[in-house]
Amino acid sequence: MKEPRSITLVRHAVLLVFVAVSLYPVLNVVSISLRPGNRLRSTDLAIIPADWTVASYVQLFTEQPFLTWLWNSLVVSGLVTLTGVALASTAGYAFSRFRFIGRKATMLAILTTQMFPATMLLLPLYILIARLGLVNTWLGLMIFYTATALPFCVWQMKGFYDTIPPSLEEAARIDGCSRAGAFRHVVLPLATPGLVITALFSFMTAWSEYIVAAQVMQDEAMFTLPLGIKSFQASLSSQWGLYAAASILVSIPVVAVFLALSRYLVNGLTLGSVKE
Amino acid sequence: MASVTLRALEKRYPDGYHAVRGVSLDIADGEFLVLVGPSGCGKSTTLRMVAGLEEISGGTIRIGDRVVNDVAPGDRDIAMVFQNYALYPHLTVRENMAFGLTMRRMPRPEIDRRVAAAAESLSISHLLTRRPRELSGGQRQRVALGRAIVREPQVFLFDEPLSNLDAKLRVQMRAEIAALHRQLAATVIYVTHDQVEAMTLGQRIALMNHGVVQQVDAPLAIYHRPANRFVASFIGSPTMNFFSGTVSDNAFQVTSGGPRLPLNTAAMPAGPAVLGIRPEDFVASMQGDCVPFATVTLDMAEHLGHETLAHFTLPGGGPAIARLPGDAAAQVGHRVDLAVRRQALHVFAADEDGRRLN
Ligand SMILES: Nc1ncnc2c1ncn2[C@@H]1O[C@H](COP(=O)(O)OP(=O)(O)OP(=O)(O)O)[C@@H](O)[C@H]1O
Ligand SMILES: [Mg+2]
Repeated sequence: MKEPRSITLVRHAVLLVFVAVSLYPVLNVVSISLRPGNRLRSTDLAIIPADWTVASYVQLFTEQPFLTWLWNSLVVSGLVTLTGVALASTAGYAFSRFRFIGRKATMLAILTTQMFPATMLLLPLYILIARLGLVNTWLGLMIFYTATALPFCVWQMKGFYDTIPPSLEEAARIDGCSRAGAFRHVVLPLATPGLVITALFSFMTAWSEYIVAAQVMQDEAMFTLPLGIKSFQASLSSQWGLYAAASILVSIPVVAVFLALSRYLVNGLTLGSVKE
Repeated sequence: MASVTLRALEKRYPDGYHAVRGVSLDIADGEFLVLVGPSGCGKSTTLRMVAGLEEISGGTIRIGDRVVNDVAPGDRDIAMVFQNYALYPHLTVRENMAFGLTMRRMPRPEIDRRVAAAAESLSISHLLTRRPRELSGGQRQRVALGRAIVREPQVFLFDEPLSNLDAKLRVQMRAEIAALHRQLAATVIYVTHDQVEAMTLGQRIALMNHGVVQQVDAPLAIYHRPANRFVASFIGSPTMNFFSGTVSDNAFQVTSGGPRLPLNTAAMPAGPAVLGIRPEDFVASMQGDCVPFATVTLDMAEHLGHETLAHFTLPGGGPAIARLPGDAAAQVGHRVDLAVRRQALHVFAADEDGRRLN
């Protein structure tokens, strides 16, 4: 069926509006990052200013501890992702497959932690981390992030495992696998989309977080990227060029991770294995 | 190959449900045993205990002369075909079939040889590179069979493998499974709730109800001499007719002035009992080996072409069915003189167990 031309036009017009709305802020930041000096406002409408320069980018790497912050962020986010995936994939499996005493209660308890906004947990968690002597350490921040990301990830993985028929594992066990072998050879490959979502979620939680990081990391050398960027925005003189350039650089790994993992987010991988 | 011996097998689920009660079975080396019974009677539970997928609450299971109660499923040398096929969706057909051999670290050339041979015999050689979702239901079932065959196990376990196929395919696969059994001479335990599958495939049938084995015998022996009323009503279609009455000297008297049928009652206690007659054992005209039954008025006549199902009600009794020839001129309201084959009278106790009396 072919739709009338007018509908096509309207649809494209609406989509173009959305594209403009989502692209405008990004292009604006790109534009600021390319301006010489420290010009936040400009009457120039060009995206790439006539007198464009990459000075802000160069400055980030030469005069600012940008690489240190990047390293801090990568380490913290990477490790949070690893622990998140490792713990959520196993805990979710236990909740999905085993019937043990306290299973329901534990699942609800995990969910309850999600009811409080992170800001509300800030003080108690800060005291906790301070008592443990983990202020200004990667570990302190990691504990914080893993704890906030895990509940969602565990539930997410549990839901995912629930869709994988147990008879597949039974077939694997008859085929000579141990329980662990069946998990590794049959369940995990089928749970890849769930693992990818867990990984993305854990990574994003850690990568772009500011409020908690601002409490835990007080030494400039331990700053993560969001903290570092914020430090360009001082009360008297904000360095908007640096701010914008750093923002652009920060978003690149996120885009890269998404692109790399998106092909695993295919649906219906279990389709056709069993017939219900 | 090996025999399988179940002794006083019990299963209690964690919620307390007693699903299997004292099941004892001896399955000979190379025998095809069908486990049949109504839904929820514990067939799958029994089979899964043999497979090692379900813990055993009591009794012993032997495969060959080894007690396997605490042996892991993978070490029992069995293969199982699931009702839902349970193919690994992320693997190709070839990898699915090779999985069990790979896990056992069999040399590559031997794996390839076995997979090729099994694929050949199941005519799925052209599908080896596909994934399960790219197969039809019948093809998936063949792959599931292939995965079991390549293992060359001591015992094959089937849990309703054909129930997801359409009627025509089911007949075809039934024949293939029978041929496969002849060719492999393997020990098979086959679970189904379909009596046609049970009658056609089984060398012996074990009929279960409420977790208890009711009768174990060759298909025709079960048909001709059902051990109790439950077995009698489960095997045969339409189901056997039952008439309550009393056993007295050399006759069975159907209640409320019903027919009186001569019978050798030597081994039976006199008193209330239940008479069973299969629909196909009625005849509409007296023949040599028959005894007159009753003249009945038809409530309904179903003409199926090759046969006519004549529904009638005895005064004071429930509805009953006689299976008459397809050309019988039976119509609603017609009166028919029914006779019954003399050797086809089954007498059961009137109590709940309904044990066979003759
Ligand atoms: N995990 C379980 N926990 C509790 N009860 C169970 C469990 N699995 C099965 N049962 C019960 O045990 C009984 C036997 O189940 P089983 O699966 O062996 O039946 P079945 O004979 O295979 O029936 P069907 O023909 O429907 O497959 C049923 O009443 C069922 O409800
Ligand atoms: Mg079953």
